[in-house]
Amino acid sequence: MYNAKAVITGILIFLVLCTSPFWASRTGKDYTKTGIVLPKDEKNCVENRDFMRAEHMRLLNEWRDEALRRENRLYTATDGRKWNISLQNTCLKCHNNYKEFCQKCHVANSVYPYCWTCHIIPGEKNQ
Amino acid sequence: MNKSRRSFLKVAGLSVFALSSGMAAAPGTAGAQIAPGSYGRGESALHAKRWAMVIDTRRFAGPEDYKPLIEACHKVHNVPDIPDAQNIKWFWLDSYEHTFPDDMNTYLDAKTRSASYPLLCNHCTNPPCVRVCPTQATYKMEDGIVAMDYHRCIGCRFCMAGCPYGARSFNFKDPRKFLPATVPNPGFPTRMIGVVEKCTFCAERLAVGQMPACVEASKGRLLFGDLEDEKSGVRQALASNFSIRRKPSLGTQPGVYYLI
Repeated sequence: MYNAKAVITGILIFLVLCTSPFWASRTGKDYTKTGIVLPKDEKNCVENRDFMRAEHMRLLNEWRDEALRRENRLYTATDGRKWNISLQNTCLKCHNNYKEFCQKCHVANSVYPYCWTCHIIPGEKNQ
Repeated sequence: MNKSRRSFLKVAGLSVFALSSGMAAAPGTAGAQIAPGSYGRGESALHAKRWAMVIDTRRFAGPEDYKPLIEACHKVHNVPDIPDAQNIKWFWLDSYEHTFPDDMNTYLDAKTRSASYPLLCNHCTNPPCVRVCPTQATYKMEDGIVAMDYHRCIGCRFCMAGCPYGARSFNFKDPRKFLPATVPNPGFPTRMIGVVEKCTFCAERLAVGQMPACVEASKGRLLFGDLEDEKSGVRQALASNFSIRRKPSLGTQPGVYYLI
């Protein structure tokens, strides 16, 4: 093989670089948590934690359509509890710390929903 | 292998039928509900087949009398006061000529002609704004209320061109800049720059068993109720008084009646 030393070294370096993320994750350093602060007074959200984590945005969209278009402003959860459908008056009652809850996770995930151009963050002063 | 055209068509037809019926039986995923719970209406919610309003203008002495109504409306809905042509109008006043331009009576009594008339969204039976909205951001609900979904509004302003009553306002500026630092009603959202807004007949208040804010502030001079219920206050007021509506010749069938 012509120039075998250089070629094989090159391939090795390439492989190490390619797989470096996997090695880096092996160092034991945990995935950085977003560090969100959960509401203190309430233990359970409308539905269970996994569902809310994965689907809260779709649930909110559905709530919006049900409330605004079909006048269904009452949501009965799987555990039988009844909730008034309102982002501002129901969700934000418990999740009243925007900076430590909504924002931390949204920024970590690079999503910038524009809920707050209209909906009012509790305690927030405009301008 | 000796397959006739006839037998081939038979098998093909049967296969297509079997496939299509199988697909029809499969659960559709597009329109499926996401939430595991169920939706319903609140126990205290007010219901009607067709909400309507009757405004007894005879019992208002002048424009000052309408002030508490306008203030109540604007406070409940965080409506800003922008002091120029870009103002946001939910409930406002105008002259007789502008309110009832169809009336050609030259020798109308001075009192009727010089009075101010309260204007708001007419919540038409045939709303032109709903027909022209390209995103269905505005729509008619089954109780007759013409509602707005600001999430969906793209600010094209077709509805403003479509509305013959000027009942829609565009947010040329960020409305929050014209509201006090703490909004008047923290329980209701504001709007954002670039969306159209209008009176909602207080759908959010009806849902919790309250009358619209202006009706509540009017001390009985504004009536609100079900137009299809013969015993309702609005129907009785219409049955025993002469009433007019704005621009009836357009056929939009407004839900706001004026007792003159």
